[in-house]
Amino acid sequence: RAKWDAVVPQDPELDKLTPYQDASTYNNFYEFGTGKGDPSKRADSLTTQPWSVVIDGEVDNGGRVALEDLITPSRLEERIYRLRCVEAWSMVIPWLGIPLGDVIARAKPTAKAKYVRFETLVRPQEMPGQDSAFALIDWPYTEGLRLDEAMHPLTILGVGMYGRELPNQNGAPLRLVVPWKYGFKSIKSIVRISLVSEQPVNSWQAIAPDEYGFYANVNPQVDHPRWSQATERRLPNSLFNPHIIDTRMFNGYADQVASLYTGMDLRKQF
Amino acid sequence: MATPRSTLTLWRVAVFCIALAPLLYWSYQVALNAAGPEPGRYLLLNIGQGTLWMLFATLSLTPLGKLTRWKGFALIRRQLGLWTLAYAVAHLLCYALFILGLDLSRLGSEIVRRPYIIVGMLALLGLVAMGVTSNRASMRRLGKRWKTLHKLVYLVLALGLLHFFWVVRADLGEWSLYAAIGAGLMLLRLPPVARQLPRLRQQVKRERRQPG
Repeated sequence: RAKWDAVVPQDPELDKLTPYQDASTYNNFYEFGTGKGDPSKRADSLTTQPWSVVIDGEVDNGGRVALEDLITPSRLEERIYRLRCVEAWSMVIPWLGIPLGDVIARAKPTAKAKYVRFETLVRPQEMPGQDSAFALIDWPYTEGLRLDEAMHPLTILGVGMYGRELPNQNGAPLRLVVPWKYGFKSIKSIVRISLVSEQPVNSWQAIAPDEYGFYANVNPQVDHPRWSQATERRLPNSLFNPHIIDTRMFNGYADQVASLYTGMDLRKQF
Repeated sequence: MATPRSTLTLWRVAVFCIALAPLLYWSYQVALNAAGPEPGRYLLLNIGQGTLWMLFATLSLTPLGKLTRWKGFALIRRQLGLWTLAYAVAHLLCYALFILGLDLSRLGSEIVRRPYIIVGMLALLGLVAMGVTSNRASMRRLGKRWKTLHKLVYLVLALGLLHFFWVVRADLGEWSLYAAIGAGLMLLRLPPVARQLPRLRQQVKRERRQPG
């Protein structure tokens, strides 16, 4: 038996890779506008070099780290994950990245560190969505994970996809990828990672706490108030076949992550 | 100012073509594979917004008629009203076909559970009620009640905007524009404002007659 397990897709037809063209032109990245096509049209303006990330909070080894020092190329791994958006569509994307757990371990969290808080860049002159007078998001976009979720081996910091650098609209140069949670948890263009003792409030939770929770685990049994989460549309689809498939608990990663939530009422902590 | 009959016919045909054009354009984009990885949702959202445009166009006819006294505007009211209904039905069909995958049991459960869908369905019912009574026979049969029934259009406008409001969540820019247009069209119907419209026309006429 080989040391590496080949991934056998459950459904070879639907679980094939989403074309790069689709994954890089159909994005939610409200810093560049609320339309799905806005990010790919406007994100060219974003300067991603140089880039550094502040690691602070409950850590012994914090500070500002240049992207090149944070991500050592020899450690890059390719991970093919399903991406399930809270809007009930999904894709299959090959990411390049390193486990977030490595980065956090290097920062040496103190005993008080219980959660990780992430922040996206604020630069309205390059991110037109942040200039909108009607935006309800209080920039910067923020996200959070429980420390054990952040340390989980499936959680990665992505720097590329499809074997190349991340396009700006997909969160260049550094983004989070948490495959068992709705896509909005996987925060883009990260400039700050803070280890904190209190549960952070994420941007979507701040706008609509009845619709978006802190955990945002993919869960077919807990509906979004405005639509069902029992099924999803695997993209790309067509008018003749909307590719509607059943959504799986924890986006199909239950074997790996369900133990993180033992004893929790996932209806209340959604 | 009398407009020849042939010009009015041409005008009605032109309005028909203009109202049809967006549907053809969006279908063409889908056929070209230029509508993105989720063409059903592309049609759903565009036709939804198109329904509001059609409603705005319909509601602009009365103020335009008052302002210009041209009878061409009144002449296309039924047509644009029916176009609004057609867009709304197409919008619902897109939802049933491309979002629910024609799972009709789910359509039933979604309609009773989701407030924004309830609101959208109520708006559609209002449009249907006006659509089926838009013929001359119904006008005769309903008499005075016909006018009252067709005041439903104001309720439909409010419900349509509420339905749209519930869909957007992070940026109200586009919605605010639609709401402002809707509010503007209602404002033009307030009696003190509505009375000014014909006067405005007189004024323009006088100024033209006395140059300098």
